Amino acid sequence: METLQGILADHPFARGLKDGHLALLVGCASNIRFEADQVVFREGEEANQFYLIREGKMAIELFAAERGSINILTLTEGEVLGWSWLVPPYRWRFDARAIQSTRAIALDGKCLREKCERDHDLGYELLKRVVPTMEERLQATRLQLLNVYEVHT
Amino acid sequence: MVPEPWCVRRLWWETDDTFTFELTPENGRTKFHFLPGQFNMLYVFGVGEVPISVSGDPAKAERLMHTVRAVGPVTRAMGSLKRGTQLGVRGPFGTCWPMEQAVGKDILILAGGIGLAPLRPVVYEVLAKRQIFGRVYLLYGARTPDDILYTQELPELMKEAKLQALVTVDRAGRDWTGNVGVVTTLIAKAQFDPGNSLAMVCGPEVMMRFTLRELQKRGMRTDSVYISMERNMKCAVGFCGHCQFGPTFICKDGPVFRYDQIQHLLAIREV
Repeated sequence: METLQGILADHPFARGLKDGHLALLVGCASNIRFEADQVVFREGEEANQFYLIREGKMAIELFAAERGSINILTLTEGEVLGWSWLVPPYRWRFDARAIQSTRAIALDGKCLREKCERDHDLGYELLKRVVPTMEERLQATRLQLLNVYEVHT
Repeated sequence: MVPEPWCVRRLWWETDDTFTFELTPENGRTKFHFLPGQFNMLYVFGVGEVPISVSGDPAKAERLMHTVRAVGPVTRAMGSLKRGTQLGVRGPFGTCWPMEQAVGKDILILAGGIGLAPLRPVVYEVLAKRQIFGRVYLLYGARTPDDILYTQELPELMKEAKLQALVTVDRAGRDWTGNVGVVTTLIAKAQFDPGNSLAMVCGPEVMMRFTLRELQKRGMRTDSVYISMERNMKCAVGFCGHCQFGPTFICKDGPVFRYDQIQHLLAIREV
């Protein structure tokens, strides 16, 4: 049977972490499953967890009056959902919903923040893994903003 | 070059603003040979002429297929042509996608929006000779689910499993269960050997620029990437200069270029 430590070590987010750091992460981790269409979190709620997707598909959505929920990004296997747990005031800035039945590892952000305060090496390791994701999403958002497929005259 | 008369046999709308039509020859010609990536000059009599990539199967030389986005007077007029109407055709022109260099390699076919049309002949050719290529990915991005081209064909391609087709849209409503995100996000989902791969990219220039960055991040060399450029082509044979891009003419030296050979020009803001 796969252990949580093994599952975590296999995920691209945690791959290559030192055993000690991995053990600290496992202490804040749990397996979780979302059914299709299940809401994972909503904008404004406390961001106490983030998710490493193992299988399935999640959508990041923004609700706009008159337009309803707009799907702005989907995330699949190997990707990370959420970084608001790391940035004060630790509130979600968007909604998240499972599009398909999805398996993930939930990491308790509060627990991790406390561990990172005590062990800055761990904090730096985690930042090195979160920041590239933030950078990729920022670049993608910029490209999305350009609306490149529109006819520009 | 004088346009040859061809006849509209079928025309259907792929999306709200993009249609495909099938043409057959009128003046005794029975075959039309072209290479994937080449374009024709299509002339709507009395309206004007525009360059349009051939989007059909190179193996089916008895008919000609083009996918057109109706954005100007000529292409709008083209979209309203009835079955049996004549159209002028000059071509084929320009350089082609490097199918021979792709043999034995993994292939990444990266398209954005209408950029899928010039790459569709590549897909046909790859499927016809599937065993001589490595892993093949079609990574395609569109604005919304309603803007996806060839919606009948894409699921068939995926079903055949001869190539892995990944589609994404820039934005979508809740009814869409596919991928949402820019086309560059699909590159990370493709399992290819960057040292033995060839990428063919077509789409808006800014999309190609971001795509190139992502491919380089994955370890691909710029001489393994080919892009198709678009400019205001008029004569199609390098005389008029309308499509001049630095020292090159897109109509004659392109539209398909190896990226490292044109990279320096793309970096200049006013060429």
